[in-house]
Amino acid sequence: MIDYDAVGLKVGIEIHQQLDTKHKLFCNCPTVQRDVEESNFKFFRYLRLKRSEIGEEDRAAKEEVMRSRRFIYKAYDTTCLVEADEEPPRELNMEALKIAVQIAKMLNMEFVDEVHVMRKIVIDGSNTTGFQRTALIAFDGYIDVDGQRIGIATLCLEEEACRKIEDRGDVVVYSLDRLGIPLVEIGTYPDITTPEMAKKVAKKLGMILRSTGKVKRGLGTIRQDVNISIRDGARIEIKGVQDLDILDKIVEYEVIRQLNLLKIRDELRERKAEVVNEIFDVTDVFANTKSKVIAKAIKSGGRVKAILLRRFAGIVGREIQPGRRLGTEFADIAKTFGLGGIFHTDELPKYGISEEEVAKLKEKVGAGDEDAVVIAAGDDIRVERALRRIIERAEYCLIGVPEETRKANEDGTTSYLRPLPGAARMYPETDVPPVRITKELLDVEIPELIEDRAKRYVEKYGLSYDLAYEIADSEYYELFEEFAEKIAPTIVARVLHIIPAELRKEGYDVSVLEERHFRTALKLIADGKMAKEGAEEVLKVFCQNPNASVDEVLKTLSKAGDLDEFIAKIVEEKVDLIRERGEHAFKPLMGLVMKEFRGKVDGKVVAEKLMKAIKMKIAELS
Amino acid sequence: MDIVGKRVRVKAKGRIFEGIVMPSFTDCLVLKLDNGYNVGFKDYEILEVVEEKTISFPTPKLERREGLPSVKIISTGGTIASKVDYRTGAVTSQFTAEEIAGDVPELLDICNVDAMLLYNILSENMKPQNWIELAREVYSSIKKGYDGIIITHGTDTMHYTASALAFMLSTPVPVVLVGAQRSSDRPSSDAAMNLFCAAKTAISDLGEVVVVMHATTSDDYCYIHRGVKVRKCHTSRRDAFKSINFPPLGKVDYPSGEIAWFVEERFRRNERELELRDRLYDKVVLIKFFPGLKPDVLEYYYDKGYRGFVLEGTGLGHVATDWIDTIRRISEDSLVVMTSQCLWGRICDRVYDTGRYLLKAGVIEGEDMLPEVALVKVMWLLGNYDLEEAKKLVKVNLVGEITPTTKYE
Ligand SMILES: [Zn+2]
Repeated sequence: MIDYDAVGLKVGIEIHQQLDTKHKLFCNCPTVQRDVEESNFKFFRYLRLKRSEIGEEDRAAKEEVMRSRRFIYKAYDTTCLVEADEEPPRELNMEALKIAVQIAKMLNMEFVDEVHVMRKIVIDGSNTTGFQRTALIAFDGYIDVDGQRIGIATLCLEEEACRKIEDRGDVVVYSLDRLGIPLVEIGTYPDITTPEMAKKVAKKLGMILRSTGKVKRGLGTIRQDVNISIRDGARIEIKGVQDLDILDKIVEYEVIRQLNLLKIRDELRERKAEVVNEIFDVTDVFANTKSKVIAKAIKSGGRVKAILLRRFAGIVGREIQPGRRLGTEFADIAKTFGLGGIFHTDELPKYGISEEEVAKLKEKVGAGDEDAVVIAAGDDIRVERALRRIIERAEYCLIGVPEETRKANEDGTTSYLRPLPGAARMYPETDVPPVRITKELLDVEIPELIEDRAKRYVEKYGLSYDLAYEIADSEYYELFEEFAEKIAPTIVARVLHIIPAELRKEGYDVSVLEERHFRTALKLIADGKMAKEGAEEVLKVFCQNPNASVDEVLKTLSKAGDLDEFIAKIVEEKVDLIRERGEHAFKPLMGLVMKEFRGKVDGKVVAEKLMKAIKMKIAELS
Repeated sequence: MDIVGKRVRVKAKGRIFEGIVMPSFTDCLVLKLDNGYNVGFKDYEILEVVEEKTISFPTPKLERREGLPSVKIISTGGTIASKVDYRTGAVTSQFTAEEIAGDVPELLDICNVDAMLLYNILSENMKPQNWIELAREVYSSIKKGYDGIIITHGTDTMHYTASALAFMLSTPVPVVLVGAQRSSDRPSSDAAMNLFCAAKTAISDLGEVVVVMHATTSDDYCYIHRGVKVRKCHTSRRDAFKSINFPPLGKVDYPSGEIAWFVEERFRRNERELELRDRLYDKVVLIKFFPGLKPDVLEYYYDKGYRGFVLEGTGLGHVATDWIDTIRRISEDSLVVMTSQCLWGRICDRVYDTGRYLLKAGVIEGEDMLPEVALVKVMWLLGNYDLEEAKKLVKVNLVGEITPTTKYE
């Protein structure tokens, strides 16, 4: 167990939440996701930074330039020249600004008087312009979580970046559908001191955002970045945490990583380890290699090169996060340069590389038993640049933990993405006039928080808190309140929440269900046209045919009722057959039922129901 | 005290902020905070102006390399040359060769670059007098022995300047106009690629005035457009420039820089003697006809002393029949040339009665010249020839502005 107080853990969270507006932030295109297959046009660009503007040693930006990749963009009939960076942006979307103001008020923030849109330089291609438009709206707020006050530093309104479709190393494919969707970026102060608290704060912020009813929901519409530091460690920014449930794990693993890197530092210093500042061409060592990766690289005109880490033996292969070694960090760097990864002597011979090759390799670079050698294969320039960076990284092992931007992996570990960007890459967006925050703009209503609504449901309708929260947090809470006045609230909650969850488990596509479907089911119950047990059947029908009419639904219901009766009768009549043949009685019985219901009820439904009845009978008999 | 560009400590909204004061166009104080964001405050109190040393980054000196052609880059301003200082928000344009080389280092691999800032004006503020000075600068640069000339120019009126240079200057080397549709301070700017392709063109075997700009919305290649056959046809796209009534002379692939020529009939390097005829007659007007426009507009300019009239007529080259009397009157001592607002295609005033009357009244068919090109040509003709000679020459192809046959492109 880590004593987080003792290691001096400080965590700040940055939430990016897409807003559910009609139009994008700087053009009149709709904020809809598209299937890449629907793209009707594509084009490609390069991005570059001027040397004169990298004056302040902005490593993050410089590294991207060095990679000089080609970016392909997929356009749609729902995107325009603004997304393609072929037309100046329109004025700031006021609908989005209003939502941002509302959220800032819910976070007890103070507002600027005049909003200035900035260009934040981002040259990984995710913005066609090479920058992300962003504006600081409000600052200095707070939320209370479990009695602890967490400060909110800033709220910015920004445009969403492109969706990455494919990364082929030197070519990256992006989809323009997402570019320009408004989002709010909310950053807390580093007031969070435990992994659990980080998770709670993120959940609370998410709840507040959803309470507005004006944010997008679903996969990818909200992302968390986490800033983590420990004493003697470094500030690390972890990007793109999509699953809140592993947020605590991510924090924990990062602390472990930093503690391990510090241990490695101490050990390397003790060993008097050093990194040789030279790149060796070792292509000839692998002339007849059985390693497919290396052979392929050489065959396509590439080179194999190596670097020498003196007295690093055993350390490159040391685990620093579950399943990740120091060598994995080096491999991450190689990947950002478009290479497949690296090999290092702590793990060799392996992967088709023979013992003899390892010996020759060590001899060639002059490595002894206590040294480690890292090799990379591929395009000459890429290999050279990647190893140059890995040398720098290896040298930093003797200093401590480098400041980095990292990417969250699904298991809670993180991978290297790029150096932490400097703060100075912001230009005024001269194409968008500043916007005054007026009294009228600030005069917005504060919506009821989902958690308050849940409490109200517990009190008023007698639901359990968990169920009440689920309903309060769903898009159908208004429907719930409407019908909870007419029929038992537990039944309404069952129709809206429990039945769909059960149907999903059974394999029904409940994503097609819309408010009108639930309304139909609830109305049938409220009007006394259907018993409450019928709701499940109704929703099943809608899952299979979202456009079914009420009459059609009722017909299926009555037939299903008849069918149930008929099956019960048959099972009773043929009980001897079932006793004798067990589940094999299904086939003859199915024939009997289908004789009656063919063309009236779906055969699959009949089979399902019959099988269930037979099984129940068997269980009863035994 | 002017505090723009200075670091200050400010009290606003009950809190203390520190940042650099940016230029503001409203009653708000605009502050660039240390997180990079600009914010505006209406009510504020400046607590302190913090003195700060300004750090400048010396740009490395350029070394001339033997064996490379030398290219002169003349800047006239516009999007391609402008630059914003992100710390102060100020727009600057020094345009030194060092700066250009820093921004487009590939240039150094193909040529030695000299740069000069002739103007720093928006292209809509260009005047014929500027064209003349520019032509003189190009002339003297070629005389000094440069192997090619690049002119960076705002895109809005680039095709006017290209035409003016094409008529005024008989050039033995490439004279390349280039611009940018996205300002060069953004990473997605088309400036660097356009400039690189322009440099490749400037050291090619060409010998005429051309415009080099993006051919498509992608960063794949640039077209080399003949200066008297090109027009800006889109307000904002990178590929706004289109060759009209004639194919582009060629294309420059990016990033390879390889040139593929499409047109055989082009002026080659050293084919023509260097010569400058830099007089322009400025009492020339381009009038776009529209239904209902009265011929008074001609009278107005005629009374003001205008003697060159380029009409942008409808279709094959028509204006309303009630213009004919006025045209007959003014054409006695003026040059009246008909072009078409269709842009694509050739003038033919012998098909309909109106056209035939116009010809009789003294209108000269502008063939397949673009209206803007005809305007500049008439300025140049009236500046260098007498009226009768000018009337003859306006229908004659001089530098590629008129093609003998119209082809499918
Ligand atoms: Zn759009």
